[in-house]
Amino acid sequence: MTTAIDEPLVELSSAATTSAAVRLRGVSKVFGTGDTQVKALDDVSVELPYGEMVLLVGPSGCGKTTLISVVAGLLDPSAGEVEVLGKNLTKMWGGAKVKFRGERIGFVFQQYNLLPALTAAENASVPLLIAGWDRKKAVEKASHILAQVGLGSKLKSYANQLSGGQQQRVAIARALVHDPQLLVCDEPTAALDGTSGRTVMGLIRQVAVQPDRAVVVVTHDSRVYDFGDRIVTMSDGKVEKVESRHGERPA
Amino acid sequence: MFWVALRMLTGDRAKYLGIVFGVSFAALLMGQQMAIFCGLMRNTTSQIRDVEGADVWVMDRSVQFVDDVKPMSDNKLLRVRGVEGVAWAVKLYKGLGKAKLADGNYQQVILLGLDYDNKDGAGRVVGQPREDRIVVGRWEDLDQPDAVFLDEFGWRYMFGQEIPFEPGRSLEINNKRANIVGLVKCNPTFQTFPILYTKFASAIQYAPPEPKTLPFILVKSQDGITPEEVCERIEESTGLRAKTNNQFFWMTIDYYLKRTGIPINFGITVTLGFVVGCAIAGQTFYLFTLENLKQFGSLKAMGVSNLRIVGMVMLQALVVGVIGYGLGIGGAAGFGVVFEKFVKTAPSAFYFGWQIPAITAGAVFLIITVSALMSLKKLLFLEAGVVFR
Repeated sequence: MTTAIDEPLVELSSAATTSAAVRLRGVSKVFGTGDTQVKALDDVSVELPYGEMVLLVGPSGCGKTTLISVVAGLLDPSAGEVEVLGKNLTKMWGGAKVKFRGERIGFVFQQYNLLPALTAAENASVPLLIAGWDRKKAVEKASHILAQVGLGSKLKSYANQLSGGQQQRVAIARALVHDPQLLVCDEPTAALDGTSGRTVMGLIRQVAVQPDRAVVVVTHDSRVYDFGDRIVTMSDGKVEKVESRHGERPA
Repeated sequence: MFWVALRMLTGDRAKYLGIVFGVSFAALLMGQQMAIFCGLMRNTTSQIRDVEGADVWVMDRSVQFVDDVKPMSDNKLLRVRGVEGVAWAVKLYKGLGKAKLADGNYQQVILLGLDYDNKDGAGRVVGQPREDRIVVGRWEDLDQPDAVFLDEFGWRYMFGQEIPFEPGRSLEINNKRANIVGLVKCNPTFQTFPILYTKFASAIQYAPPEPKTLPFILVKSQDGITPEEVCERIEESTGLRAKTNNQFFWMTIDYYLKRTGIPINFGITVTLGFVVGCAIAGQTFYLFTLENLKQFGSLKAMGVSNLRIVGMVMLQALVVGVIGYGLGIGGAAGFGVVFEKFVKTAPSAFYFGWQIPAITAGAVFLIITVSALMSLKKLLFLEAGVVFR
């Protein structure tokens, strides 16, 4: 099913709540000035609901990364309003935004960005340490999440002792360990082979998609489009189309 | 998160050790060179520090430091004794002599001629080192004809093969016999010549003939009058220069600082140590930060504030600073201990007062602060969004 941009975007799955986790209204982002000025986002308005995995797709340079950065509170928009998990990020000051990110958003990066000096369990516990948890308790909880993503036997392995797929699973555990309400994934399958990529996407679906949580995934990888509940296609800084894929996803 | 910072730091062993090496090398070089410099400067004042009992030195107005010997006429002693506040005043001969050794070789020696303090009737020599520094003999032995005391290092230097000391050994100085009747421990000298203590009358026999033979007058101030006051009175009434021990100590060091290239040369080495330390530690620390930029970016994205990043980096810098400083300053101190323990034929020029570890600590703090600031400049302006690029 395909929806035009100006049609209501929030088509909730049966498990989802009625409110949107992310609301962007007329968001633009301009980099540089004068002749070197680049408009990375151009009047983007979109709503992303709870309980869904939304894939953000499009060619290189279309503004996906900028959009996800704005949604995650890592970039301030040049214009427009950004509301995430009921908070208006455009009105939030730096320190509060950092705290908000730490408490309510989980991140999965393309290159995993694990700390090489830490074990898998220690890496997965980092968001809890940031939140001020006791180290022992944080590692305990992280170990539990790692077991959920199938790495119960690799708790004490360092990043360089893990395969790419395993590292990404540690990154997923790290992103979920503090129970965030928004999970932001940047090309989580880009550094993986096809099989590992599908395994990772399946895992994100399985452990991350919850009725009270939204998942946004930036991806180039058309082989994993079928994992999305909704696909937002971007082009030249604009949202080109939004497809809802309920009923088309593999079970 | 401080725990994470430490794990990040120690996780990359090569870089971690590189930074510690840079800091410890700088601390070692700075500490060791400053200790040698201070030791050398201190050695210039050894004869001032060896003199026991007197608290004021009187000398010709043009004297600039302790080895700048400008003899005065003998009547100056009487004029000094006449100054109010002077308890006693005695002559001190200081000069250089040439000793002929048994093998026919010559060795330059420092001659110190001690006078008697007869004012209280005790008739004891004045100006020699403390009793407890005598290794062999008694100061009273100087009453024997042609008797001299030799410093322990001088004995080892001239008769190294014949240790332990045996009384009866003699030298020939200015065609006159000098019988060594005792050994005394003296502070190491700048010139490294052996030191001979003898009576004033003998000393002027050993020295080349000169029209004036009174280089210094040692003065004890009366009870209730400070040495500084006595100095002022002596200078006013005699026109001579009078300095307390401490004043003469610093006057001598000041001369060497201003009139020789020693401070500049050591200063260059210490500065090089600082610069090299800054370069190695700063560069390695910066590279360490650059290599972990994505990780730091991730931490920022995940909610680590800039303030916390500053804390993490400063902690890393502090840890390498403390370890590097400990190793470096420990190595510098160890150098001094080893030198004193194993090198017996050269006087030690190594002074490791509290000021040296303190100054080195300050320099190391500066090195790690500069290193940390270079890294922080990169990290604080790092957009968390870099993790998505």
